[in-house]
Amino acid sequence: MPLPANPAELTLADARDALRARAISSVELTRTFLSAIEGARGLNAFITETPERALAMAEDADARLANGDGRPLEGVPLAIKDLFCTRGVRTTAGSRILDNFVPPYESTVTQNLWNAGAVMLGKTNLDEFAMGSSNETSFYKSAINPWRAKGSNQDLVPGGSSGGSAAAVSAHLCLAATGTDTGGSIRQPAAVTGIVGLKPTYGRCSRWGIVAFASSLDQAGPMTRTVRDAAIMLQQMASVDAKDSTSVDVPVPDYEAGIDAGVKGLRIGIPKEYRIDGAPPEINALWAKGAEWLKAQGAEIVEVSLPHTKYALPAYYIVAPAEASSNLARYDGVRYGHRASNASDIIDLYEKSRAEGFGAEVQRRVLIGTYVLSAGYYDAYYTRAQKIRTLIAQDFARAFEQCDALLTPATPGPAFAIGEKSNDPVSMYLNDVFTVTVNLAGLPGISVPAGLTADGLPLGLQIIGKAFDEATVLRTGHAIEQAAGFTARPAMWWAS
Amino acid sequence: MAASKAASKYIEGSTGPWEIVIGMEVHAQVSSNAKLFSGASAEFGAEPNAHVSFVDAAMPGMLPVINRFCVEQAVRTGLGLKAKINLESVFDRKNYFYPDQPSGYQISQYKYPVVGEGEVMLDLAGGETVRVGIERLHLEQDAGKSLHDQSADYSFVDLNRAGVALMEIVTRPDMRSADEAAAFLRKLRAIVRYLGTCDGNMDEGSMRADVNVSVRRPGEGLGTRCEIKNVNSMRFVSHAVEFEARRQIDILEAGGTIRQETRQFDSRAGETRSMRSKEDAHDYRYFPDPDLLPLVLDQAWVTEIERSLPELPDAKKDRFMRDYGLSPYDAGVIVAERELADYFEALAADVEPKAAANWLNNEVLGRLNRDGRTIADSPVDAGANNRILKMMAAGTISGKIAKDVLDIIWSDGGDPEEIVKARGLTQVTDTSAIEKAVEAVIAANPAKVEEVKAKPKLAGWFVGQVMKATGGKANPQAVNAILKTRLGIPEEG
Amino acid sequence: MSVDKDTVRRIAKLARIALEEERVEPMVQELNGILAWVEQLEEVDVEGVAPLTSVVAQKLKMRDDVVTDGGDADAVTANAPLGEDHFFVVPKVVE
Ligand SMILES: [Mg+2]
Ligand SMILES: [Zn+2]
Repeated sequence: MPLPANPAELTLADARDALRARAISSVELTRTFLSAIEGARGLNAFITETPERALAMAEDADARLANGDGRPLEGVPLAIKDLFCTRGVRTTAGSRILDNFVPPYESTVTQNLWNAGAVMLGKTNLDEFAMGSSNETSFYKSAINPWRAKGSNQDLVPGGSSGGSAAAVSAHLCLAATGTDTGGSIRQPAAVTGIVGLKPTYGRCSRWGIVAFASSLDQAGPMTRTVRDAAIMLQQMASVDAKDSTSVDVPVPDYEAGIDAGVKGLRIGIPKEYRIDGAPPEINALWAKGAEWLKAQGAEIVEVSLPHTKYALPAYYIVAPAEASSNLARYDGVRYGHRASNASDIIDLYEKSRAEGFGAEVQRRVLIGTYVLSAGYYDAYYTRAQKIRTLIAQDFARAFEQCDALLTPATPGPAFAIGEKSNDPVSMYLNDVFTVTVNLAGLPGISVPAGLTADGLPLGLQIIGKAFDEATVLRTGHAIEQAAGFTARPAMWWAS
Repeated sequence: MAASKAASKYIEGSTGPWEIVIGMEVHAQVSSNAKLFSGASAEFGAEPNAHVSFVDAAMPGMLPVINRFCVEQAVRTGLGLKAKINLESVFDRKNYFYPDQPSGYQISQYKYPVVGEGEVMLDLAGGETVRVGIERLHLEQDAGKSLHDQSADYSFVDLNRAGVALMEIVTRPDMRSADEAAAFLRKLRAIVRYLGTCDGNMDEGSMRADVNVSVRRPGEGLGTRCEIKNVNSMRFVSHAVEFEARRQIDILEAGGTIRQETRQFDSRAGETRSMRSKEDAHDYRYFPDPDLLPLVLDQAWVTEIERSLPELPDAKKDRFMRDYGLSPYDAGVIVAERELADYFEALAADVEPKAAANWLNNEVLGRLNRDGRTIADSPVDAGANNRILKMMAAGTISGKIAKDVLDIIWSDGGDPEEIVKARGLTQVTDTSAIEKAVEAVIAANPAKVEEVKAKPKLAGWFVGQVMKATGGKANPQAVNAILKTRLGIPEEG
Repeated sequence: MSVDKDTVRRIAKLARIALEEERVEPMVQELNGILAWVEQLEEVDVEGVAPLTSVVAQKLKMRDDVVTDGGDADAVTANAPLGEDHFFVVPKVVE
């Protein structure tokens, strides 16, 4: 296999093979990405760069590769969402309140990646505590989408909350990145930056060591440039973890080996409720095209109904803030993190530290969550929302009696301009309308780049699978990927 | 009948009788090696924050994983309280901010506790039995500890206790006096110690009681209650109840009303005081902990635990009364501690049980009390005592000598038979030897002889003298009989 | 349902977030915007529906009662804004 002139052009799969064949060294590859990162600081994709650590890890990897005992991701440089705790490396969750926090422990998912030989380039930008759909709530300012509309110099959001990871993968600043997805935070930014984002089944990847947003919804997953790369990454990220009571002991199949199986004979459901009023026509057109591609490859297309779809997003905006209000109570300025300097007593210390440490969106959600859990409102809000979750999960269960996977749009539109939606919380929340149902039911979903808007901005299609059936999701996503032949690239306007 | 019994418990106020109503919430620490949701040690008394994991310190991204043993102990305790075991229960978060509560919430069980309704029977002095209903038992985390007296401006937070497993046992408001409240706590302590689920050590805080007290006119509905927090000794429970009831009665009789509040018992002043800092209206925002799934138990596992339960105090007391013929009082005292009951059974193995019970209560417990020791660290074991009792029963030694032998072993150790032999303590039953001693005492005290003849009740002085002369070894019955004949005292009618 | 200024102040107190007086009214508006939007959930008939307790179909995992953690007060207190002798230090708490 001939190496491209710029090794940053490699897919993860090809880079892995080239490293194994010793056609390239990990140090060389790592240096390439480190200088790409340096040159792309305008994208603000990283909160913390870890070049020394990256080179040390790359040297170790090269030694192993030289000995012929390279592991599955030996020498592969990755970017890590700054929500994963990394031992000895500042982990901020995009928040001022953790600005100075250095975890003395390593998250299970990142540990799995290092155990597989991967190299850490740095920690990527995100919405504060993963609360956002545009990366604009980050204390470290928004990451910027590498894509711009045709003929425009307007900066666009990279989506959120895993916006830094999306931007980094999209701009070839790493081979792949980790993300987390609570309501769409992997799939939505992947869609608007033209990359692949996979949210596994709840319980597939350990949540241990990932700063919690909403515990019953959070799930880690890979963000990559190809479906194959997502399969390779998930293989290593997934594990049953004794330290996470909600991680599930279901065997992890060989995902990469399964992606070429094609979709012949698969039944693909089209949920009619995903046809929403006001969605841009190009979204529905792309969706229809996706169905055609799968049909052309031998899949059977069936219409299914998920009647409670429209209630998913409002239910999510009760459940997620409720859990967050409790999960974020630990940020109190006592044991770690930001402490207000002029507190008169302990209550004042709490109130000032949290007011200074949390940004506006986090405060808003903590307050909403506190309200819906408070005495007298619990049943009207939280219990009702959890009942609606049951109905949503039942909708999916019924749909999966008729099909093997579902095809939907990934987002209601392409990337939007920075500042465009930041004054209206509800319109911002609507970005997750197609992704959030999957979190509420705990299912796997993938967003695959499938086309461009008339303005030249990427759009994605989403495949939703049955619980723990990431294999079918990847295989179907791969079929879409091949049919779409998405090769468009953002112009490298940011390169300095 | 019930009315007259209850009436005796009423408190007389200046405007008539009052009834005290008491319910309790007892926090009992599970005797486990590790904490409820983390692998840090649950051991008492370590360097600050030494028994703390990142989970206990609520570091970002940390998750709870439950300790199976703690669940088992909660079930075991529930079974010991004759309670319903809920095969499905839920862990909730109780949200509030406090430096001792690092995550900002306590993981507890709110709507669906692991153990439901049960009961504890109290045996009161006078043979009365009172049933105290148990409303529930749930598992929850303990909080850390803050030291407030190290500095004028700062509090120091130690999380060693944070996350230690507690069983919160909640009673119905079924107690009617300070004595009943104390008896309940004693009985509950006995039960958990029998079960081995909690060491019941109130000094180390392994058992703490929150006592809810209200008063009412006999026959009326429940009054407003006050909760007295963290009463940490048996003695304080009755003091706290008595003070609090009196306080409430005084307020009501002066025409005031009781404000529902949390109060603190000051053991030095012997009074309860309002806790101002906790006055904030609480809104704990309970909701199921999304980091944990519902706790689902197998009936088979519960049955297995049930089969492994030891004989509990009530059953043991019945058996001691039935098999050993003990009085309800003696049996009650002896079964109060499992170690004491075991000790008794070893002691009474082949001697007269009543004698064994008396010996245990008077001699062994008396000495332990004096030395501030417990039965578990008694310097003389049940076997040695049993052999002393057997020598006494066989007439080898007198009761007096038996006590001396116990004293010797108590302080110096040794073997009962060897001590008796080596020191020549065997009882003298040989009448000629006793007669000789009697003659000697009579000869030496002619004046006394005349006195006794006039006043036979003074004969005891001669018995003492003879015993002294024989080094306590003379058989007291024989001494009595010979003295009576010799001094011409008539047999009593 | 909607919130007023007092409610917002009460929630902020419960959540231990200092809310400057001039931010109370805007927060009322923002929260009411969200609450009005989630009100559509009232359309759903949830009669007889059990609230979801977990999307994961498995029993709660339990661990053995073995001490496997702790013993590193340095690491536990390493990030403390204020500490002394392995204690976390806070402004004096009056009981
Ligand atoms: Mg309580
Ligand atoms: Zn409690």
